[in-house]
Amino acid sequence: MRRPRTAARAVAGLAVLATLAAGCGGGSGNGDNKIEIGNKGVDGVHNPSDVKGGELRILNADDVDSLDPARAYYAFVWNLSRFYNRTLVTFDPKPGADGQKLVADLATDTGKSSNGNKTWTYTLKDGVKFEDGTPITSKDIKYGVERVFAQDVINGGPTYLIDFLQDPKKPYPGPYKDKDPNKLGLKAVQTPDDKTIVFNLNKPLPDFPYLLQLPGSGPVPKARDTGAQYANHPVSSGPYKIASYVKDKQIKFVRNTNWDPKTDTVRKALPDTISFTAGLSAEDVDARIQAGDADVDAANVGVQIATQGKILKDKKLAAQADNPITGFTRYFAINNKVAPLDNIECRKAVIYGANMATLQQSRGGQYGGDIATQMFPPSLQGYKAYDPYAIKANKSGQVDKAKEALKACGQPNGFAMNIATQDTPKGVAAAEALQAGLKRVGINATLQKAAPAKYYADFVGSPKSVHEKKLGVMQAGWGPDFPTPFGFFSSIADPRKILPAGNSNYGEFDDPKAAAAIDKALTEASVEASFPEWQEVDKLAMDNASYLPFIVDKALMYANPRVTNLYVTGGYGQYDFVNMGVGGK
Amino acid sequence: MFRFLLKRLIVGIVTLWVVTVVVFGIFTIIPGDPALVYAGKDPSAEVLAGIRAKLGVDKPLPEQYATFMKGVAVGRDFPTGPKMVHCDAPCLGYSYKKDVPVLGLITRALPITATMAAGAALLWLLGGVSVGVLSALRRGTFFDRIAMTISLAGVSLPVYFTGLIGLSVFVYQLQWLPAIDTNSPFGNPFDPVQTFQSFILPWVVLAFLYAASYARLTRTSMLETMSEDYIRTARAKGLPERTVVTRHGMRAALTPIVTMFGLDLGALLGGAILTEYTFGLQGLGKQALDAINKFDYPLIMGTTLFAAFFIIVANIVVDVLYAFIDPRVRLS
Repeated sequence: MRRPRTAARAVAGLAVLATLAAGCGGGSGNGDNKIEIGNKGVDGVHNPSDVKGGELRILNADDVDSLDPARAYYAFVWNLSRFYNRTLVTFDPKPGADGQKLVADLATDTGKSSNGNKTWTYTLKDGVKFEDGTPITSKDIKYGVERVFAQDVINGGPTYLIDFLQDPKKPYPGPYKDKDPNKLGLKAVQTPDDKTIVFNLNKPLPDFPYLLQLPGSGPVPKARDTGAQYANHPVSSGPYKIASYVKDKQIKFVRNTNWDPKTDTVRKALPDTISFTAGLSAEDVDARIQAGDADVDAANVGVQIATQGKILKDKKLAAQADNPITGFTRYFAINNKVAPLDNIECRKAVIYGANMATLQQSRGGQYGGDIATQMFPPSLQGYKAYDPYAIKANKSGQVDKAKEALKACGQPNGFAMNIATQDTPKGVAAAEALQAGLKRVGINATLQKAAPAKYYADFVGSPKSVHEKKLGVMQAGWGPDFPTPFGFFSSIADPRKILPAGNSNYGEFDDPKAAAAIDKALTEASVEASFPEWQEVDKLAMDNASYLPFIVDKALMYANPRVTNLYVTGGYGQYDFVNMGVGGK
Repeated sequence: MFRFLLKRLIVGIVTLWVVTVVVFGIFTIIPGDPALVYAGKDPSAEVLAGIRAKLGVDKPLPEQYATFMKGVAVGRDFPTGPKMVHCDAPCLGYSYKKDVPVLGLITRALPITATMAAGAALLWLLGGVSVGVLSALRRGTFFDRIAMTISLAGVSLPVYFTGLIGLSVFVYQLQWLPAIDTNSPFGNPFDPVQTFQSFILPWVVLAFLYAASYARLTRTSMLETMSEDYIRTARAKGLPERTVVTRHGMRAALTPIVTMFGLDLGALLGGAILTEYTFGLQGLGKQALDAINKFDYPLIMGTTLFAAFFIIVANIVVDVLYAFIDPRVRLS
């Protein structure tokens, strides 16, 4: 799941100066003050209410990446999409870990599996309709799924469905090149009647219902599909429809009169209208919410430094704020192919030499995140604590052990290497913190910075580029696309997912035992039954010293106190938009 | 005059063409695969090939350029799945990030940037030149010192600082102004009061920055001019001081100001990134910044060409204005 990158460089200057402009000296986030964050919305709900009416005003610096459910990848857009896009199953609208559980949405249940989790069958509820009153049928769901296969047109979103539904011998090209007259030629999905849809996977997956909660699995009426331009006005199946959308500016949602609340146990649909306003500076977003001129920040990545200072000095503001774990792990991938880090002992020296305390400070101190000891995020189901390098007891690093590891790898005097980082204030600060920690043990690191938009795509996402540039250590952040261990680890720890381009396994961790554990996990009867295998994958990755996780990401969040049903869902690691209200005003 | 204009116009068109070649060349030789920017996680080779085909970057470079220029001349069609989308000439490309033709995005953002630039230019020209002239005429006085100190501050303080201070004080604390309506700064329907309220802070903040430079430049230029022999001659002939200053002094002193003004205005029309970002105005600068952050190549290229167009036009206008202001310049 992606988090939008705003105008990083401009924000850098603005953030610093906003602090001056606001006259905020305190609240550096280092935990010196005594004010406690309310965290009422982390495990509970702010202002529970069923009062309808009013306008919910959502602000953001960035526009949505796409309103087309199949092309969106920003987490906040998936969150937002529940207003206008229903899927067979969706996250339970509850705070915390309960929000990671799936409940039926368009379907009558969360799915019946057979054939060793290779066949999944769903039945649609009665009375579900699109915004024009047309009944939603299983064929509309199938057509929506098929669009994901047309990656030459509908690109940008997740492609898990292709991985599990594609026939490698006769690849399905998507509906726009489909020779079937009804454009329903994807053989792996069958619709025996208008109410039933059957998915025949090419390999088992106990997590498959989680793929069906992804927005791209929602229904699309073929007659209204405009291909790449569908993003301008996707057809609603939810309680709101899009009244207007001006790119980079504003989206207006109004009630969809053809949505029947009796068919929907998830959505309260409280506000009469919802506005999403984009294009503001992040500081202006904070200022407007604090002034009561807006309700909630869509990005959910935390307030800016000036606002953090204000919150940490004001008990009333702090009581209204939340500081949840977002589900992201901040880490440095240590490459297995770049010398001398191709030696495990040299990789261990990097881990032991790192000063976790200063790395935590670089991400905003205690409000920016907890010190990590493993890749597996504690907010994810199946989590089991693991601390093989005794990081919790040695937050400032273990210089002696690092030197021992250096001797063992044949580099007793240390070595030179590169640290790749995004050229953003927080990215550079963390890389510099690692650089300083490693200098203590004789490892001289040089920072290699790259523009955020190109960083993952080209800089660290290409093993060839990584080898050529000798990027031994690469900073990254990773969150699950959906809250199961498969959703978190499948791209970063599976040796078979080391891709020549667009690679996410930056460290090129290629332990065959991890591949075997992943294969076994996928054949388990349920997601819960697969937890031991995923815990093993986490352990193998850590033992191999391919990862130096340093922060379990947290965000200091603040919403207008008038917002009702405000809570942080474990499904997205964000304030859940779906049932927010404004008390009728 | 006609020949001069024609000559400058031809040079301008050739320059613009050279800019298209350079800009196109730069964006197509940047290392990396543009398809990766558009793909989701873990894209397969087939997915990347499909996106490359959609973007047209799978074709040889000369063919890509020829297709682009053909679009500028006669328009182009772009595939969007079930049907093609036509982009009328002059087609500056198609933003696959936003799925709309680039020119439409530019023309949508232009009025915002133009309003911001024109209002600010008027303020800084009036303010900066007036202060500069008065400072020169009252050299060494209290007014001169205060004016130059303030202008030094204006030059030194970046827009994002003064902008945030302005927003913090006038919008959020004193509440003299409403929060800027970044979505519709002109109102819908057009509302002159709302437009004024939306733009007054950006105008003042931007003008403060530029007026400072103009005041200092005008002062220096006036001081230099007023010490020329012909000014002394004019005074010796018994001309009133007002005539000496306005008709003889200012006319010559303003020549470098006009040059600077033309270029500054031209550059601003290409987008004042920091001002637009600070105030959330969806002008050309903010749009270009967003395009850079998202590697929206066609939009970056289109905006760059558009900005270059303004600078070239501004240069031509400045050249013509020169002749009117300074009789020593001959159009021949």
